[in-house]
Amino acid sequence: MGKTLTEKVLGRKAGKDVVAGEVVSVSPDYVLSHDNSAAIIKEFQKLGVRKVKAPGKIVIVLDHIVPAADEKYAQNHKSIREFVAAQGIPNFFDINAGICHQVLPEQGFALPGLVIVGSDSHTPSYGALGAFATGIGRTETACTWATDEIWLRVPETMRIDLAGRLRPGVFAKDLSLKLIGDHGAEMANYKAVEFAGPAAPDFSVGARLTLANMSAEMGAKNGYFAPDDKALKWLEGRARTPFVPAVSDPDASYESVLPFDLDGLEPQVACPHAVDNVKPVAAVAGKPVDQVLIGTCTNGRLEDLEAAAAILKGRQVHPSVRVLVIPASWQVYREALGSGALAALVEAGCVILNSGCGPCLGAHEGLMAAGEVTLSTSNRNFRGRMGHRDSEIYLASPATAAATAVTGQITDPREFS
Amino acid sequence: MSHGIVWKYGDNVNTDVIFPGRYTYQIMTPEEMATHALEDLDPAFAKGVKPGDVIVAGKNFGSGSSREQAAACLKAAGVQAVVARSFARIYFRNAINIGLPVLQSGEAVDALETGDHVDLDLGRGEIRSARGTFRFLPLPQSVLGIIAAGGLIEYTKTRLKEREIEAQQE
Repeated sequence: MGKTLTEKVLGRKAGKDVVAGEVVSVSPDYVLSHDNSAAIIKEFQKLGVRKVKAPGKIVIVLDHIVPAADEKYAQNHKSIREFVAAQGIPNFFDINAGICHQVLPEQGFALPGLVIVGSDSHTPSYGALGAFATGIGRTETACTWATDEIWLRVPETMRIDLAGRLRPGVFAKDLSLKLIGDHGAEMANYKAVEFAGPAAPDFSVGARLTLANMSAEMGAKNGYFAPDDKALKWLEGRARTPFVPAVSDPDASYESVLPFDLDGLEPQVACPHAVDNVKPVAAVAGKPVDQVLIGTCTNGRLEDLEAAAAILKGRQVHPSVRVLVIPASWQVYREALGSGALAALVEAGCVILNSGCGPCLGAHEGLMAAGEVTLSTSNRNFRGRMGHRDSEIYLASPATAAATAVTGQITDPREFS
Repeated sequence: MSHGIVWKYGDNVNTDVIFPGRYTYQIMTPEEMATHALEDLDPAFAKGVKPGDVIVAGKNFGSGSSREQAAACLKAAGVQAVVARSFARIYFRNAINIGLPVLQSGEAVDALETGDHVDLDLGRGEIRSARGTFRFLPLPQSVLGIIAAGGLIEYTKTRLKEREIEAQQE
């Protein structure tokens, strides 16, 4: 019987043949944390050890509240910088790097065949490049810092077979929302999700990052694409270490296989207050919004900003809407400066914010008052997430966000093509 | 065996409504966390919860963010266990790691209602109430070890100590 990518990667790490359902203890390649490192440090200090076991494996990216919004956040950042210096942690990215889930792929940490755990629920993003990557909690991160070890249950795999092609105005985000809407927010709870099928190689690395990122909203443990030539080419000049890719065998055992035809897919919107409350954009078109957010670890990459700029170039943001744009990283920021996308967005009246998570998690930079509505390219629309508990969040692609920014109400981006 | 009163909620109770993001990156004491428990789901909960109470919920409890406070705030509020049809995976790990029992029983979820009095027996894997006795999926031995130690920190601390002693003996 063949093996899935996940079984191969975890088996290699565990030093034995493993199948889904088994529990293995592994030494991960990287352990990610962000602003929550301040809380993790407090847990680590309870363990009675002085030094972290493998400083070179720890990657810390300040991205959640950057620059610090108040003195408490400033104190968190300060304690993290002091810990990084004291422990000799080489892979530290301060407030001018970007969102961890963009920084780790760009900086060559997220590589095929690696095991990456992170104290952030969107850690599965790195499966876009063929890594096994999954989210863990703070206490567990602190213990992994001390022991260089973590237990993981090898997950069963759900394969999504993609066929056909995305039509103009339809994006990877629409695909992820449609899948979650059709099958529910726990469709892949505890499972691995493999994006496969004849159309899988057509997806850009950016689109793969969006899909792997959104696998977290399916409840998945990890989500991935097989690392192909496109992924390997993208990694040229980025990979920090040599790596050995793994792909699923043709006779691997899958828990389920879900065929999906891209040809008929339309732009989708997740409505308040659940990611699986999904409707075609036509069903909610005309809903007025107060704010549009373009960015985040889901949709803040160069191709996302360019999709938005293609619609907003030469047009103006509707006077009743505030539009926030957050490039996912400084590298994306610089590329979007170079490509002219940022200029087009600024000319249209968008506010450009520092690379980071921005208001997505509800801590700063554009929170909502009671009764307000945001259409966002982010990944969660839970009640109260971006401000008052009586505010509303709709989720959509960057193109839908840009079309909505122009008209002031939820709008099908195909009207602008 | 310990006694408590049920607070019942629906499916997909997510971490944002259990512990809002606006507090997530502030470092708080457990007592402060408890005052925000379920703030955006049921503002009456934090004021009314008593030590030993049990949360009963539908499927996918704790979906969303990896924030550990979503488990810690319930433990700090005195909740002795969460009984649900299913749990989101990071929540399940976090709850175990901070020593909050998370129990799966669809039957209990179907039967129990807010205000019911229940007795919980982790060892025997039973929830008893006037509506009947319900079994839950027993937790694996390794997980019971972490809960018995009071959470992963204490558990890891003991293991690190043991290793240090072994290393000295070699």
